[in-house]
Amino acid sequence: MTLAVDAVFYLFSIVCVVSALMVVVSRNPVHSVLWMITVFINGAGLFVLLNAEFLAMVLVIVYAGAVAILFTFVVMMLDLDFTGPALRSKQTLLVGLAVGAVLLGDLFVMLSEWSVSPKAEALRASPTPDLSTVSNTVALSRILYTDYIFLFQTAGLILLVAMVGAVLLTFRRQRHQRQDVSVQLARSKSETLKMNRVENGKGIS
Amino acid sequence: MAEAMQELFGPAGVWITWILQCVAIVAPLIVSVAYLTYVERKVIGAMQMRKGPNVVGPLGLLQPFADAFKLLFKETIVPTGADRFVFFMAPMLTLLLALVAWAVIPFQEGWVVSNINVGMLYILAVSGLAIYGVMMAGWASNSRYAFLGSLRSAAQMISYEVSMGLIIISVILTAGSMNLTDIVLAQKGVWFGVIHFPMFVLFVISIMAETNRVPFDLPQSDAEIVAGFHVEYSAMGFALFYLGEYANMILMSGVCVVLFLGGWLPPLDMAPFTWIPGIVWFFLKMAVILFVYIQARATLPRYRYDQLMRLGWKVFLPLSLLWLVLTASVLFFTGLWPEYGA
Amino acid sequence: MFKRLIKTWLLTDIVSGFWLTFRYMTVRPKVTLNYPYEKAPLSHRFRGEHCLRRYENGEERCISCKLCEAVCPAQAITIEASPRADGSRRTTRYDLDMTKCIFCGLCEEACPVDAIVMGPNYEYSTETREELMYSKQKLLANGDRWEPVLVMRLEKDEPYR
Repeated sequence: MTLAVDAVFYLFSIVCVVSALMVVVSRNPVHSVLWMITVFINGAGLFVLLNAEFLAMVLVIVYAGAVAILFTFVVMMLDLDFTGPALRSKQTLLVGLAVGAVLLGDLFVMLSEWSVSPKAEALRASPTPDLSTVSNTVALSRILYTDYIFLFQTAGLILLVAMVGAVLLTFRRQRHQRQDVSVQLARSKSETLKMNRVENGKGIS
Repeated sequence: MAEAMQELFGPAGVWITWILQCVAIVAPLIVSVAYLTYVERKVIGAMQMRKGPNVVGPLGLLQPFADAFKLLFKETIVPTGADRFVFFMAPMLTLLLALVAWAVIPFQEGWVVSNINVGMLYILAVSGLAIYGVMMAGWASNSRYAFLGSLRSAAQMISYEVSMGLIIISVILTAGSMNLTDIVLAQKGVWFGVIHFPMFVLFVISIMAETNRVPFDLPQSDAEIVAGFHVEYSAMGFALFYLGEYANMILMSGVCVVLFLGGWLPPLDMAPFTWIPGIVWFFLKMAVILFVYIQARATLPRYRYDQLMRLGWKVFLPLSLLWLVLTASVLFFTGLWPEYGA
Repeated sequence: MFKRLIKTWLLTDIVSGFWLTFRYMTVRPKVTLNYPYEKAPLSHRFRGEHCLRRYENGEERCISCKLCEAVCPAQAITIEASPRADGSRRTTRYDLDMTKCIFCGLCEEACPVDAIVMGPNYEYSTETREELMYSKQKLLANGDRWEPVLVMRLEKDEPYR
């Protein structure tokens, strides 16, 4: 069984890395987004192998199912000229190389100098519950909604503020006529329709 | 079953069991998709005082196969400027996602390919990914109509997924588990369709929107954007989209049965009802939901796009949110909440 | 107002709509004609496939006056004429492009001798486009085939002319 699990792990991780590379390499931005979705899904597969099925599903639902769709939306709407000269000029290449080198350097510094304090384990607000008795969904929610409730709510508030801000930015007092569906539905036949019996040659005034 | 197979074939038995299980689900599913199209045409025909297909085979029963063969032998046309790879991936993805979601649907106690404990989330994830089939098709076709259809579809599916998720949370709260088998077993006393009746109605409407069916078939609206995202598809590509759409319908009615109509449980736990095996009940209930789907198509006119969005965001979302809060508080204050340990 | 609110929230409109379609499905008789086996009755003025008629003695009626060619709004008719051996004026060519024809019936109206007539036949679909370019032979053959029916139709229509 472990052999199979290993095989699946390597399958997921190789596809993951290759598609991550393709995100950067592909010319067409829409292809990039699609490759990114492949990365998400394979990442979810890796989570499942770690017995973190809740995280895996949430990764797919939130990132692949919502965030990446908005990405795709925008990218598909953009009429990008992705063969243009701007992407190939030496200037961008230099800047890109510089940023990449700095990030790589950071990574090396981090990896070589990173250490975890032995006291850190005790400082955590809540220990990991025994995963053989509770499913990881329950374990996660217990930690999230009890010990870390303040942080959780704060994150929610920040998102709310962002949402209100976005609504406010696009909100303008509408001048054009608006449709009020409930008013339209509330009309009855007697209010709007009148049947007249018109005599021939007389008309109606 | 897996143990017996292991005895027969050794370690490979597990894999053989899995493959057999997949075949046992996919093959009947494809056939039922074929006959769902037949039933749809017959039922809508009857509702419009027509006869429906009646030429190919007795009562027209071979009509779906005639259609399938016609589509098989047609020419595949790729529009100029289309992104070939994405263009061909899109229908496959649509069908694939409609098939993989069946892995967690329990047909009867223990009759489930993969009894994972986040089954409901899995369904949500897979149905969320289904948007990509449509979006890829719309974009890769290099056609305005197709693109318009795919944009509509994406916005629509995201909107209704939100309220669907909230409805599902109410059910999960009362069931105390995200495992679909546990959800069904929690309905042993009374179905959630009775307790959460308003949510049941909302869910049925939401799944119609989620699967792009009438009255929410804006992505395909034949009258405005000819056929939406699959205008440019012909032959097998079109057939796969067709299969995917109907497989999704069947899947969603299955989910609806599991969540609200007590899955394989008989309506009353009494003698005449319990004689019928659970799987028959399951399929009967699914057939009822599918009938509602089809009847809606014969009854209701199509929504306008802003009406659709209004319904999703201004009616369904507040309602399901309200119901969620209500459910949670009732469960909390009456102390009826289930054991959330598992 | 309150009544309306209840109606909206209980979805009564939708439920009654569903009930209506259900009644139609179960109670109403079907109106479908089982087409190749059952056919709808045709008016005697139905404008179907064209025919060129003959007199009882076998002489073709058309005198190649070209009125039909002139009146045809779709310009589907092409006529060439020359004196026949016996000196009578006849068509050497009477071509009718059925792909152009709009079945307005003006040729029939224009004809002074009732030679070109639109028959009752509407089942003449072909597998190639070429077969829809009708020649004089084809039209005359049509006329011979449908003559009894054509006579009946013309008689029926006589009081209204």
